[in-house]
Amino acid sequence: MTKKTIKVDYLARVEGEGGLYIKMKDDAVVDVKLKIFEPPRFFEGFLRGRDYQEASDITARICGICPVAYQMSAVHAMENALGIKVDGPLRELRRLLYCGEWIESHTLHIYMLHAPDFLGYPDAIKMAKDHKEIVEQGLKLKKVGNQIVSFLGGREIHPVNVRVGGFYKLFTKQEFEPLIEALKWARDAALETVRWTAQLPFPEFEQDYEFVALHHPEEYPFNEGRIISNKGLDIDCSEYEKHFEEEHVEHSNALHSVLKERGAYFVGPMARYNLNFDQLSPLAQEAALEAGLGKECRNPFKSIIIRSVEVLYACDEALRILQSYEKPELPFVSGEPKEATGFACTEAPRGILYHHYRLDGQGKILDAKIVPPTSQNQKTIEDDLRKFVPQYIQLSQEELTWQCEQAIRNYDPCISCATHFLKLDIERT
Amino acid sequence: MTSKSKPKVAVWKFASCDGCQLSLLDCEDELLAVTQEIEIAHFPEASRAVMKGPYDLSLVEGSITTPHDAERIHKIRRASKFLITIGACATAGGIQALRNFKDVNEFVSIVYATPAYIDTLQKSTPISDHIKVDFELRGCPIDKMQLVEVISAFLNGRKPNTPAHSTCIECKRRGTVCVMVAQGKMCMGPVTHAGCGALCPSYNRGCYGCFGPQETTNTGSLSAQLKKLGADNDEIVRTFRGFNAYAEPFRKESELHD
Repeated sequence: MTKKTIKVDYLARVEGEGGLYIKMKDDAVVDVKLKIFEPPRFFEGFLRGRDYQEASDITARICGICPVAYQMSAVHAMENALGIKVDGPLRELRRLLYCGEWIESHTLHIYMLHAPDFLGYPDAIKMAKDHKEIVEQGLKLKKVGNQIVSFLGGREIHPVNVRVGGFYKLFTKQEFEPLIEALKWARDAALETVRWTAQLPFPEFEQDYEFVALHHPEEYPFNEGRIISNKGLDIDCSEYEKHFEEEHVEHSNALHSVLKERGAYFVGPMARYNLNFDQLSPLAQEAALEAGLGKECRNPFKSIIIRSVEVLYACDEALRILQSYEKPELPFVSGEPKEATGFACTEAPRGILYHHYRLDGQGKILDAKIVPPTSQNQKTIEDDLRKFVPQYIQLSQEELTWQCEQAIRNYDPCISCATHFLKLDIERT
Repeated sequence: MTSKSKPKVAVWKFASCDGCQLSLLDCEDELLAVTQEIEIAHFPEASRAVMKGPYDLSLVEGSITTPHDAERIHKIRRASKFLITIGACATAGGIQALRNFKDVNEFVSIVYATPAYIDTLQKSTPISDHIKVDFELRGCPIDKMQLVEVISAFLNGRKPNTPAHSTCIECKRRGTVCVMVAQGKMCMGPVTHAGCGALCPSYNRGCYGCFGPQETTNTGSLSAQLKKLGADNDEIVRTFRGFNAYAEPFRKESELHD
């Protein structure tokens, strides 16, 4: 009988603090723990008593990598509570802001966090010594995403221009011109990125996942849609808590989210892609098929190609929005605070981000519940490792450890996000 | 730096959103040039390679919230020649310092089903409450060009050029009409440290204090003005209790109205 453990005390190239522990006995995996020791920050606790207008700025601070996602889920949940409807150009501008965040966040992951694994470098800076042009292209592409967020939002990290009902400030079509030029370059660079990632070496590893994502008949999902899965789930965001629940496990400061009926599920780019291929732009569809992806993909290592396809889509979509943009008259739709409950789900770069608030008559927050994408993927990540390790058991300890890290990075986990939440029962003491 | 070996820079994370260290990776135009001059010796968000200390410069993000982290920061100080804290979490305790005004156990049980699994301190505190800090760079998030300036200054043995005046001065310099005087909006600009370039007023809203208190604040005068604009005590408390709630001038002012 041989015993073996794989231990990574501090996972690198993920956002936040986590580790990995795998225990094997006679080549069988007996225990897998994705350990999350990121300190808890208790956002749902101190949101109580704050004004409904403050939630978007406060929850942005949950994550410096995807603050737009938190702002979007927060304002949509408040608008759902107060009966405010945002459409037309204001709705389009929100999609534009989300395009910027997807481009920035995905490109960071593709070039700086994930690609070094495929090419055997510890980081993108070392990778740049041999692949300078590729890393430079990645940085420039990432910058275009940041340009969108910092122009429309005010700054890349924790933008200031988002509010319930719309924005604080609007821009004219002329003012957006420099972004259009940058995006035309970015769209070409994104297409090259799809082609470049498609030729990376991928391990054979396909699983029968339950993919969960938003779905909207007319568009690839950012801000709106029903929550659907490939195994029959089809619900409104307000029904989220009827179908999903969080478990608190000892080895993690983040709660594990599961489907009540079926357990682990998968959110993020690969889930969106599998459930919304028909909603991608023709250019993105064509590039995906040319890259050999097919309309469905079940190999999480290939998520790097799918992220590239989504970057291409986001560039394409941002250009479409800007080319048809006309400045609306008012920057936001007004609404009055009232006693109400609101729900929203939007598609953060890493998958669905759920917010639920209960407000009093003055618009003060009574309760908040937030479920970020990474807590939803935790169980799937552990399941992947359980199946992946026995397949590659012949590798050396160092190689296997690195492969396990790569298997985790397939999900672009954001541990900072996952730790601050979860179980917020609406029980009152 | 003219010596052959490049200075070793380390990046450390405590309780935070990762945004301030991301600012380094957001320097898309400067990143590869900067890494010509410095050795990234410890930066887990960007690299799985780790070099042992000592380090010439440590950048510390995040606040101290757990017993383990209260120990860890001392080890980092001992291994670092210069230590700079970056962002509101590290310089003031961050948004998570809102727990400091309540009983943290109440928050634990709101968020977690099994509070016994959670090991946390009563308060979220800035790094400077625990160790000597050589320089504090403000902001929620920090400004990335200020970060490049601070790294460059320390590695070249000079003082960083990061003005300590109020956000108001930045508004005047960029020619933004005062949102408080002209539009009656609540604004923390008069008491907030410069650094963002007076962003919010240029986006038609009042400053909400991301960069914390400026050097010599008159918070009482601002509270009186906010009252004139119609704020009640609860709103004044919330105004001062944001991302720099535990910075002393803001904390004291909020307590006067609580």
